[in-house]
Amino acid sequence: MTTDRLQHRFGYYGGQYVPETLMPALAELEEAWLSARADPHFEAELALLLRDYAGRPTPLYHAARLSEVAGRKIYLKREDLLHTGAHKLNNALGQALLAVRMGKRRIIAETGAGQHGVASATACALLDLECVVYMGAEDIRRQQPNVQRMGLLGATVVPVEAGARTLKEAVSQAIRDWVTNVGDSHYIIGSAVGPAPYPVIVRDLQRCIGDEAREQILEREGRLPERVIACVGGGSNAIGMFKAFVDDAGVELIGVEAGGEGLEGGRHGAPLAAGGRPGVLHGSLSALLQSDEGQIAEAHSVSAGLDYPGSGPEHAFLRDSGRAQYVAVNDDDALAAFVRTAELEGIIPALEPAHAIHYVLNQPSDSTLDLICLSGRGDKDLAEVLDLLGRS
Amino acid sequence: MPYLMGGYPDIEGSLAIANGYADAGADLIELGVPFSDPLADGPIIQSAGTVALAAGSTLDAVLGVARTMSERLPVVLMAYANIVLARGVDPFIDDLLSAGVSGVIVPDLPIEESLLLFASAQSAGIALIPLAAPTSTDERLAEIGSQARGFLYTVAVSGTTGERGEQSDYGEVLARVREHTDVPVALGFGISRPEQASAAADAGADGVIIGSRLVREALEQPEPAQACKALVEQFAAALR
Repeated sequence: MTTDRLQHRFGYYGGQYVPETLMPALAELEEAWLSARADPHFEAELALLLRDYAGRPTPLYHAARLSEVAGRKIYLKREDLLHTGAHKLNNALGQALLAVRMGKRRIIAETGAGQHGVASATACALLDLECVVYMGAEDIRRQQPNVQRMGLLGATVVPVEAGARTLKEAVSQAIRDWVTNVGDSHYIIGSAVGPAPYPVIVRDLQRCIGDEAREQILEREGRLPERVIACVGGGSNAIGMFKAFVDDAGVELIGVEAGGEGLEGGRHGAPLAAGGRPGVLHGSLSALLQSDEGQIAEAHSVSAGLDYPGSGPEHAFLRDSGRAQYVAVNDDDALAAFVRTAELEGIIPALEPAHAIHYVLNQPSDSTLDLICLSGRGDKDLAEVLDLLGRS
Repeated sequence: MPYLMGGYPDIEGSLAIANGYADAGADLIELGVPFSDPLADGPIIQSAGTVALAAGSTLDAVLGVARTMSERLPVVLMAYANIVLARGVDPFIDDLLSAGVSGVIVPDLPIEESLLLFASAQSAGIALIPLAAPTSTDERLAEIGSQARGFLYTVAVSGTTGERGEQSDYGEVLARVREHTDVPVALGFGISRPEQASAAADAGADGVIIGSRLVREALEQPEPAQACKALVEQFAAALR
């Protein structure tokens, strides 16, 4: 029994806005995480899996041809090379181990692009847990390869038909499942969102990205990057990156959100960049896309992983405090960066980090050393991108 | 204590249903404000909310229904936290007061997050009605019970709102909740048949909240107000 408590609030943001039924489960989760992360056996078990099963540390790659185009040195943190193809596995493995520790054998997850669903299904196959993944019907359509992978891994994918049939509804449905089956189920939330203690747990499990990258770039360059750039949907890869650099005052932190069809038209997924008012969605208070009445708006993005009207509460805090800045890149520009990165580097990025790459390639800056989190690979997006570009 | 989705099928229609409830002998109306992302609600109340929003239902329009109905019987408003926050806590309570609303339920606002709303409601004389769940620990029940005003809304089952025809053993959760509070205890979630309502009353519930069953009646019947009135009469008879 520990008397510590995890952080529930990031300034004004965060909190636990959930039905009473879940409050005891959140307390149990907090207790379990405090005890797990202080337990050397748990830490060792997770570290071993991350190394031998997932493939950590992931490489830091000097992208010479992207650097040439940008006129400054660019490094990519290669989360695309992690097992299952994205950073999501860091969190899914950690939380699945935690579920085993809590004696919960049924896992609930939501997924947008399918990466978190695949990561959860993978961790569940490995640890012999039942896995139910909620996914918007529209996302099931545009991310077929990942749906097939989840099936092969033994997970049940449940289509969600409500609303715009994307990530927001998938999260809502996953939470409803958890409310109903809270006794034997653990909900592995996929991003740094949700009620406390989730944003801290996800950040703890993703900060290996930033910790490794910081060490790697110091080794290669003998100095810290001038800018760290990551895409932000809910913001888990970004917070994992930022956490390692947040105390380095000289390092600029930039989160790139989905500009969709442009901020002015309202069809986007950029609550932080667009100055979305604070509101409650999925259990926490953060910047949101919403109406004056408090109805949550539908987000829009070409990338299913950024297609979310909310944002992690710690990002809202970093924005307000001025420590990080948040910008938006439109669909068309992200598609262009997707193709450009493939052509210049032989790397097919996921559409999500393609937003970050576009920002770095096209926004003028005095920086001479940029570090981008390449949070995932783009195999899952291939059919959709070729279709949109009229090349199929 | 029948539940009603404010603005379903439209504002006029929901006012007619509310009057049907009052005619049928309801003790109180629980009036829902539609929300885009209702985490505590099952598919039936979700879909009524979606229709209500599409028909243009707003907080002010629902408060209009409350203003009319509060002349006939007590009205308790059920609104999600973001609806309250978007209006602002104090203005929200002011608006409830001028609409004659007696109490408010915020299903995603546990006691940890409800301090501001509690204070504001308390000073306006509006009851902030908390929820207790079967999963609540005794420690939490003690806190919830001591903060409860008006009545304490006890969730009969772990889960979202929605009909559960088989359930009828409510004694344990009611006994646990009653031990920790002095206010009346109402039971809701999953009570969809008159026999269940009377079982709840026998198990010690001071009030029974009927939600999804009535909303389904409104969704399915060509004359929702008539049909809902008849159904409330059946529940009222079972509770007599």
